[in-house]
Amino acid sequence: MNEKPEQAATAAIRVENLSKQVTSGDKPLTILHEIGFAVMPGEAVAIVGVSGSGKSTLLGLLAGLDLPSTGKVWLDGIDLFALDEDARAALRARMLGFVFQSFHLLPSFNALENVMLPLELGGDRNARERALTMLDRVGLASRVGHYPKHLSGGEQQRVALARAFVTSPRLLMADEPTGNLDTATGAAVIDLMFELNRERGTTLVLVTHDEAIARRCDKRLRLVAGRLDSSSPMPA
Amino acid sequence: MTTLNLAWRLLTRDLRSGELGVLIVALVVAVGSVSSVGFFADRVRQSLQRESGQMLGADLLLISDHPWKPELSALAQANGLVTATTVTFPSMVQARGAAQLAELKAVSANYPLRGTLRTAPALNTPDTPRAGVPAPGTVWLDERMMSALGVASGDTLTVGDASLKVAAVLTLEPDRGVSLFSLAPRLMMNQQDLPATHLIQDGSRVTYRLLVAGAEPALATLRTALRSKLERGQRIEDIRNARPEIRNALDRAEHYLGLVSLLAVLIAASAIALSARRFSQRHVASCAVLRCLGSSQAMLTRIFGLEFLMVGLASAVAGCLLGYAAQFALASWLGSLVATSLPQPSLLPAVQGAAAGMLLLLGFALPPVLRLRKVPALNVIRREWPLAEPASLAGYAFGLAFLASLLIWQAGDLRLGLIVTAGFTAAIALCAGLSNVAIAVMARSFRGSTVMWRYAIANLRRRRASSVMQVCALALGLMALLLLGITRGELTASWLNAAPADAPNRFVINIQPTQREPIEALFKDQGLPAPGIFPMIRGRLVELNGHPVSHADFRDERAKRLVDREFNLSWARDLPGGNQVVAGAWWNPSSAAPAWSVEEGIAKTLDIHVGDSLTYEIAGERVTAPVGNLRKLDWDSMRVNFFVIAAPGLLERQPASYITSFHLPEAKVAFANLLINRFPNLTLIDVSVILRQVRDVMEQMARAIQFVFLFSLAAGLLVLYAAIGASQDERRFEAAVMRTMGASRRQVFAAGLSEFCLIGLLAGLFAATGAAAVGVVLSDLVFHITYVPGWETWAWGIAGGLLCGMAGGWAGALVVVRSAPILVLRESA
Repeated sequence: MNEKPEQAATAAIRVENLSKQVTSGDKPLTILHEIGFAVMPGEAVAIVGVSGSGKSTLLGLLAGLDLPSTGKVWLDGIDLFALDEDARAALRARMLGFVFQSFHLLPSFNALENVMLPLELGGDRNARERALTMLDRVGLASRVGHYPKHLSGGEQQRVALARAFVTSPRLLMADEPTGNLDTATGAAVIDLMFELNRERGTTLVLVTHDEAIARRCDKRLRLVAGRLDSSSPMPA
Repeated sequence: MTTLNLAWRLLTRDLRSGELGVLIVALVVAVGSVSSVGFFADRVRQSLQRESGQMLGADLLLISDHPWKPELSALAQANGLVTATTVTFPSMVQARGAAQLAELKAVSANYPLRGTLRTAPALNTPDTPRAGVPAPGTVWLDERMMSALGVASGDTLTVGDASLKVAAVLTLEPDRGVSLFSLAPRLMMNQQDLPATHLIQDGSRVTYRLLVAGAEPALATLRTALRSKLERGQRIEDIRNARPEIRNALDRAEHYLGLVSLLAVLIAASAIALSARRFSQRHVASCAVLRCLGSSQAMLTRIFGLEFLMVGLASAVAGCLLGYAAQFALASWLGSLVATSLPQPSLLPAVQGAAAGMLLLLGFALPPVLRLRKVPALNVIRREWPLAEPASLAGYAFGLAFLASLLIWQAGDLRLGLIVTAGFTAAIALCAGLSNVAIAVMARSFRGSTVMWRYAIANLRRRRASSVMQVCALALGLMALLLLGITRGELTASWLNAAPADAPNRFVINIQPTQREPIEALFKDQGLPAPGIFPMIRGRLVELNGHPVSHADFRDERAKRLVDREFNLSWARDLPGGNQVVAGAWWNPSSAAPAWSVEEGIAKTLDIHVGDSLTYEIAGERVTAPVGNLRKLDWDSMRVNFFVIAAPGLLERQPASYITSFHLPEAKVAFANLLINRFPNLTLIDVSVILRQVRDVMEQMARAIQFVFLFSLAAGLLVLYAAIGASQDERRFEAAVMRTMGASRRQVFAAGLSEFCLIGLLAGLFAATGAAAVGVVLSDLVFHITYVPGWETWAWGIAGGLLCGMAGGWAGALVVVRSAPILVLRESA
């Protein structure tokens, strides 16, 4: 059952025939319809589309946060849905970083503790030092003891970037990372994200409806009503 | 659509979604707690009212510690009233070589004037109403007496110098009333046989009752006539003030149980406030929509007011049913206080319980809910209504005032009520302060520990107000139970062990002067150490420094009682062992001037000082002397002690009986029978029997109180649930974030559970420390013993706290684990 297609070994992400249906009332509702694509290591891919086109659902499936109705996803050649829930969580801890629109920092933890969290969950003994270095890298060395409610939106998103990159993930998933920020702050955060991405050679999957940000990526996938729009431009 | 319709729909929706669950259960617990005590007290009160005539055995009862003059009976009979008399006193009764202390009651022919006696032919056979009294030459024994002596109908007993035949088992004696602390089982005999027993001698403790019944006008005339004729040591009871001791005991029990039941109400109030806050948070969106669609503020007020009215009524009914069920448990433990059967309760306690529930709702649920009417319609577009901020204490001013007045009302006394209110407030403030400190200390000391513990503590800290509230609620409930469950047992044990192993365990009273030497000789024969035999003279304090003493001179209840009753006086050459002079000096044994030595406690109560002149009336003669010294006594020594001792030469001429106490080793219990066989007039009191009775009564009371405290613990758990509910959305979301970061389910579960373990741990620790502290204070002030709380208090406290914390936290942690990580994406979409 874990039969790997040949290309899957080399792709960072390989998606085949991925569908997601939910039941709304009595009627089944198809959110994603037979999606298939591959992302190569180090590539930056933007998923674009209008609200409700299924962007976030697709991202959730790529990260194993949700289960598909049919289809498969391979991350670094590992069949994601052949794993159980805890094994998928362990995989996320090992390979994935996340950045969200609403930052999603734990309010009980200060900036440092938030950045340490993914390291500590993985049992890293040098969590503190690595987190401090990372916070320094995103320009927040002086704010490490602050709690989320005492940080500005831009600062919170920089903490979230630090948290996402601190484990040196091979894959970064970003969901509308500038959606809750004003234009200038958003641009600064995006610049930082691309910088870190380049530095570390991370594969990036970015959900956005901002065409300007999407254009900075190597590849764009356009979702229209749950289907991949084959006419979407794919610049090299 | 009418407002009622809308309110009803909202109610059914909220019920289905579980938004109201904790609030309703908290209300039910509060109403149940209050009404259980209310129902029970109501039943007892009704029974007292309905059967007070029977409980007197008459319409009017005259009680005296010396015989009633025959003129009084004649006066009553001249007024067309019927009379009967009873004479009661403790005495030893012998059968088949065994001796047993009995409460003798010699009755005249037409006793009782009201109510009916019931008898059975033998033990464990059905009883029937019995007209008349034991025929001369026969006795009726109650069940306890029958089994203690091992006799049956037809057997013969020795009562003093008389031999009487057992004729029946006495199963009901309407005027017996209190079984609490009754010294001994009952023997009922005919008054005609009394002289032949030769039991009533000088210094015997005898109660003479004159029972009167008849038409009310004649009774009123007699009452008026008696008022001027009553002597000291005499009093009247009628159906209006029947059995003041039961009434007082009931009143006190009701007040204390009522206060105990209010603890649950106090804790439930916080559960209600917490869940109402969550309720309102969850309704902001729908309120904004309603506002958008044109609802006025007044309409929203009406809708939510109606919804909560329905919730309140339904919960009140359920709470009253719970209270009704719970009072059966109370009645089974405390009902034996009153010998009569208990009638069905009236509706009044239900009304009171329901009213308390509605006011609780008004004070603690409606403030946050009614704030919903202020949700701006704009909220549908921009969620910015600041409902997240906790409601201020001022918002709950009405509720808090209601709780305080409830406490004062239940205490039945403004001062006690204020003390209790202040006590509760102080206890809660102390517990809250300590919880705050503990959380801060833990945050510091856990800094380097694993992420799960740090996460738990960080959450406690961030939701500090809620955490402190949970710790306090749980700690109060647990402390109440620990106090009664563990501390009480340890205290009683310490108290019982405080007496040395060879402390006297038998008292002998009614020793006649001529019997002193033969008794001492008998002790010597049997190889027992010579007992100290002390004279005992009954006298009444009539003058203090030349002024007549009346109970009206004193405000203190104990002082009034002391002045009304006869004292046991003694005389002594030397200071008795275990006594210590604290003021003045002991007299010179060989040439003592007339003087009294007074126990310091009683001296304080009656305001007596060294040099004051006291006059006692003894058998009609007055004896006056100055107070020479004050003494301190060791009451726990179980030795014979006297409040007042006279110097030699003052009382020797007065009629005296003698008293002694001695230690009878387990191996020589037969000596007791020998002593009574030889001297049938002696009354032998087995201390261990009395102690066992005291302990049994205490157990019964404690069990009842403990039962009522269970409501408090339930309320404490509800606070935990409500607090979990209030933070559940946050928790689910945080768990989803952690899952996204790669946390395993076990890690997330552990993080959730450890937070509640910490809350339970703190609560248990505080509860145990509080219970131990109360125990130490009680032991010092009440029991006068040194009590060192055992480790069990903490072991149970912490175990109980952890258990409650986990029971509450488990559900919360499970929900969190089940929350899908995809939540984080949906939230941000």
